[in-house]
Amino acid sequence: MRDSVTIVGASLAGLRSAETLRRDGFGGRISLIGDEPHQPYDRPPLSKQVLAGDWEPERALLTPAEKLEPLGLDLRLGVRATGLDVAARELEVDGVAEPFDGLLIATGARCRTLPGTGGPVAVHTLRTLDDCLAIRAALDDGARRMVVIGAGFIGAEVASVAVGRGTSVTLVEALPAPFARVLGQEMGAVVADVHVANGVDLRCGVGVSSVAGEPGAMTVAMADGSDVYADLVVVGIGVVPNTEWLEGSGLTLDDGVVCDPTCLAAPNVVAAGDVARWTDPRTGESMRVEHWDNAVEQGRHAARRLLATDEEAEVFAPVPWFWSDQYDRKIQLAGRPHPDDEVRVVDGSTDERRFAAFYGRRGQLTAVLGMNRPRQVMQGRGLLEQGVGWDDALAVAAGWD
Amino acid sequence: MRIVVDYDLCESNAICMAIAPDVFEVRDDDLLHVLNEAPGEDRREKMEEAVQRCPKQAIAIED
Ligand SMILES: Cc1cc2nc3c(=O)[nH]c(=O)nc-3n(C[C@H](O)[C@H](O)[C@H](O)COP(=O)(O)OP(=O)(O)OC[C@H]3O[C@@H](n4cnc5c(N)ncnc54)[C@H](O)[C@@H]3O)c2cc1C
Ligand code: SF4
Repeated sequence: MRDSVTIVGASLAGLRSAETLRRDGFGGRISLIGDEPHQPYDRPPLSKQVLAGDWEPERALLTPAEKLEPLGLDLRLGVRATGLDVAARELEVDGVAEPFDGLLIATGARCRTLPGTGGPVAVHTLRTLDDCLAIRAALDDGARRMVVIGAGFIGAEVASVAVGRGTSVTLVEALPAPFARVLGQEMGAVVADVHVANGVDLRCGVGVSSVAGEPGAMTVAMADGSDVYADLVVVGIGVVPNTEWLEGSGLTLDDGVVCDPTCLAAPNVVAAGDVARWTDPRTGESMRVEHWDNAVEQGRHAARRLLATDEEAEVFAPVPWFWSDQYDRKIQLAGRPHPDDEVRVVDGSTDERRFAAFYGRRGQLTAVLGMNRPRQVMQGRGLLEQGVGWDDALAVAAGWD
Repeated sequence: MRIVVDYDLCESNAICMAIAPDVFEVRDDDLLHVLNEAPGEDRREKMEEAVQRCPKQAIAIED
């Protein structure tokens, strides 16, 4: 039996894992260490309600104070883990070594930055509450033109909030088809159309060569020689896992903390959330998932793994799922499509922008995409969990209307 | 145990329905309906899972 658990990363995966430990009756000390000064908060509202100005930041707290307190956590905020020695079972916090009993790594990820813009030029990225408030302040100050570099889901949400606030937006994507990497060509185009219909100037298949200027007067130079002027530039070109502090720790690092299929990274050490890489027993693929629901689920799983014996340990085999709110559309994807999967709309229509679509490969259902079709996505997710074949899945969907 | 949903927060994404279809149902009108506002104690673990996994933190358990 363990005496104590130390969790590094006081955000979604970290806090939900601490809550799981208490709910499961763990009475030992739980230290939750996070380098952000704020009480643990939720990130999705940062590109939605908080950015829009509809919510004040307090509303995005992950767990309200009155529910946090009874958990009796040793919450250490504004403090950074700086090193780890797995063999010696020692964690280094702000340069000072301390022993650990069980360790849960949930240090998440940070934004990738655009090469050549790391200097004094004011381009924004969006990961933290402070990032969000900085962009919000620029919008409050009346930014009229915004360039969003990278048509990923965060960039797309920032664009939709800015449009909603009356800012004109140019959305730039280096790939020829936006969202195609995740959704495939056909469905990527359907999402792109939503942006165009809402007045976004969408430029695909052209890279950015430089960004210059100062807030209020920025110039984005495109690789095709054109310039786009903006008051405000936001870059959303993906994230990198926060693993630098684990160099030389004895853990295997490879675009994330490499874990076994049960979320164990080494004896007494587990990882969860955006930072964790593991082999999905369902597909045999090595995965690192950057979605909200995964951070919650994997946090719960990893917490339980830390208290379990090797014999009791269960594999982590979720069906990944995420949502994204863009304008008045709710996009949800369950499963992992490959770009060349077959796609079939099984409910509603893409013209109405209200539909559910199945993705399939080699006779198997691989993913379900919905636009304003949450119930169907969740039912499809159930089919994915059961590993239903393509024809059987289509037969189920045929009974939906 | 009583299940209370804050409908101002709920965005009808049906995650709770995936966890406990006997308690939560998102209907074709895209609204969440709570089918059983007072589930038995044997459902507590599922209800707590729904509270934790609701991305809008719209579900509360009142004892
Ligand atoms: C703006 C935005 C919108 C999003 N919207 C959606 C959405 O609509 N749907 C969806 O499914 N997902 C969404 N996501 C993704 C989701 O929020 C993430 O998957 C989730 O936050 C991952 O949680 P985590 O706890 O693993 O990592 P993180 O949330 O990244 O938390 C890691 C924490 O660890 C801290 N940390 C890092 N290194 C150290 C260290 N050495 N010592 C101490 N602390 C450290 C970090 O500062 C951070 O607080 C969004 C993300 C962002 C940024
Ligand atoms: S999980 Fe939460 S937001 Fe989603 S339908 Fe249920 S109550 Fe509403």
